[in-house]
Amino acid sequence: MTLKQLRSNTRAQIILGLAFGIIFGFLLQKGGVTEYGVILGQLLLTDFTVVKIMLAAIVVGMIGVFLMNRAGMVSLHTRSGSIGATVIGGLIFGAGFAVLGYCPGTAAGAFGSGALDAAIGMIGIVIGAGIFARLYPALDRTILKRGEFPAETIPELVGMKRGMVVVVVTVLILCLLYAFEVLGI
Amino acid sequence: MFEWFMMASWSPYIVGAGIGVLSWMTFLLSDRPLGASTAYAKTAGMVESAISGKKAENMPYYRKFPPRADWQWMIVIGVIVGGFLSAYTSGTFTLLVVPPLFAGTFGTNVVLRFAVALFGGVLMGIGARWAGGCTSGHGISGALQLSVASWVAAVCFFAGGILVAGMIYGFSFL
Repeated sequence: MTLKQLRSNTRAQIILGLAFGIIFGFLLQKGGVTEYGVILGQLLLTDFTVVKIMLAAIVVGMIGVFLMNRAGMVSLHTRSGSIGATVIGGLIFGAGFAVLGYCPGTAAGAFGSGALDAAIGMIGIVIGAGIFARLYPALDRTILKRGEFPAETIPELVGMKRGMVVVVVTVLILCLLYAFEVLGI
Repeated sequence: MFEWFMMASWSPYIVGAGIGVLSWMTFLLSDRPLGASTAYAKTAGMVESAISGKKAENMPYYRKFPPRADWQWMIVIGVIVGGFLSAYTSGTFTLLVVPPLFAGTFGTNVVLRFAVALFGGVLMGIGARWAGGCTSGHGISGALQLSVASWVAAVCFFAGGILVAGMIYGFSFL
């Protein structure tokens, strides 16, 4: 089976989705981010586990995906954003993040590790997504396209080559992680 | 090796690097970025279909995200299984209703915690779909592709989260 056939094989993709999900959930649980206390600790700025995991994932993922993309092995999937969609939605998400104490991925991992309040949170996320789907036509006409961002990617935005931006972001993230270790946070 | 897999926790850097490598695999083998919140929208569509019959299929939003048990949906099912396997094999699996931090401030009332979790989930579901992704889809997958919207979204997730967490528990850093 070629890569192209694998990517368009619905049944194989369902199995791959499950496998990727299991690895993702395993990692999230090992990282401790399936715990309410760890998520709230991040938002109260007393525990930086969440940010450390995210930054490490971004550095490793970014370099690999960049190189594979340049070799023509993978395509990128970025979407445009706007103040009306990204900023307002992001802030509403943030409020939910603090109130629930899990995010959509970690809630599932938390439920798997025995947190029943995370299961209730998952039901809430489904209800919220359903409410958004109902409101979508009206929101799309009014708010979602307000203040569209001038570019879809950072390289386009700053007018630099993607490879250069990858190097700069890698250095910045490694400095930040180093600072966390030096400061003991 | 087995002992390492059964440890209760791993370094956040190992976990993060692992998620980074996992994202290579999803791009390579599935041509998709890793994300979680789309699955919830699909589930909402399934519920909508069950309640209102064929109508959901015609709703503009579910035409963009068809309510099907596909790759994205299986991711979240997998995360539940993966979370269970990790907790169970390391001996940390425990049924928990009210997290200790919450109980310390608001008491151990199950109904209160469930109501708060449900409300927080609703906000999160609305916000995730409004912003077009969550902490995984934007915060990790979009950010690693250097998407402007994803970096802005990630900053807003934390700005909103830090503000509301401070309103709930007090701003410890002030």
